Amino acid sequence: MARLLLATLLMIVAWRGTDATDLLFEQLGGQPGIAKIASNALDLYFTDPRLAADFSNINRAFLQPRFTAYLCRIAGGPCIYKGHSMKRSHKGLAITQARFNAVVEDMQTAMDRANVPFHVQNRFLARLAPLERDIVTR
Amino acid sequence: MDGAAGGGLAAWSLITGYETNDAIGGNLHGTYISLNSFGLGSLGASAGFYDRLELSYAHDWFDTRSAGGRLGLGNGYTFNLDVAGAKLRLFGDAVYDQDSWMPQVSAGVQAKAAENHDVLKAIGARSPDGVDMYLAATKLFLAESLLLSATVRATKANQFGILGFGGDRDRFYSAQFEGSAAYLVTRRLAVGGELRSKPDTLGFAREGTAYDAFAAYFLSKNISATLAFVALGPIARQGDQNGVYLSLQAGF
Repeated sequence: MARLLLATLLMIVAWRGTDATDLLFEQLGGQPGIAKIASNALDLYFTDPRLAADFSNINRAFLQPRFTAYLCRIAGGPCIYKGHSMKRSHKGLAITQARFNAVVEDMQTAMDRANVPFHVQNRFLARLAPLERDIVTR
Repeated sequence: MDGAAGGGLAAWSLITGYETNDAIGGNLHGTYISLNSFGLGSLGASAGFYDRLELSYAHDWFDTRSAGGRLGLGNGYTFNLDVAGAKLRLFGDAVYDQDSWMPQVSAGVQAKAAENHDVLKAIGARSPDGVDMYLAATKLFLAESLLLSATVRATKANQFGILGFGGDRDRFYSAQFEGSAAYLVTRRLAVGGELRSKPDTLGFAREGTAYDAFAAYFLSKNISATLAFVALGPIARQGDQNGVYLSLQAGF
């Protein structure tokens, strides 16, 4: 069994190696797909009562192009993100893990609504998950 | 079975609750396994504190049905086991640390007390009480939609403790292994398999490794149902025990 587990792990390593960055960008629907995901997500963030305190003072017109470019870059797309790092832009906001998780849940719903297959969603979320260390400060 | 967060057979390193370091979470479970010759039930509750500490309690009962008569105990004779557990997350985060190979590692202890002292003594168990200690490593490989978990447990328990602790063949602790693999099929459905090796201390009733293949379905964020086929190996001289496992879990 230990050998089987090891073999499985090695398979995953090999698999990871072939998961090219641009592939995920394409699987998410390229730039139009990511624009749709970003827009769906912000629709949810600005109306989610769990996130009211975080988004009530934010100008959506300012945020949307930056958020879209950031997601595009994380997905491995040919986008330039000129905003602050996640650590800097969330500094001092005392964001809790519960609120971070709410953002993730809404992102899943946003991708569902953009018809992104579940396993592609997970590949994208795997790149976003480590941001928890930068964003959650309480 | 043991009340700790995890699969049906294996303890995981995850702390019950919604992975929040600023809240207390809880979980209730009700499980029934119908085997060839026996019925095995478990009811329990657990509480997770700040994604760091989990405390749990479970009551298991083992209905011997007509096998009880064959064993001279009487039809429907029932063994009972109480399990109180504590689990501490040591390091790592199974979910968020997707850019690292480091699993979430926890250490746990379970104090188990079986009733039926006279019968346990008669079959050769050294003690009706025992303490298990385990180290669990669990990792969600989110990009692959795969969760893997491995646990090493120091235990003397016969059939999880239902048949007491230690026996005529071995009175000391042994290291046993638990492994789980689960594949996330959709946001609501996970399928997978588990195995758990067990000590084999009673000359009267040999035992072996337990296996299961499961499907877990999230009816909502709070409620899940798990259906599994289990192969628990031989129990109390009644041959290999296979059956169906049904578990309902509610989290809050």
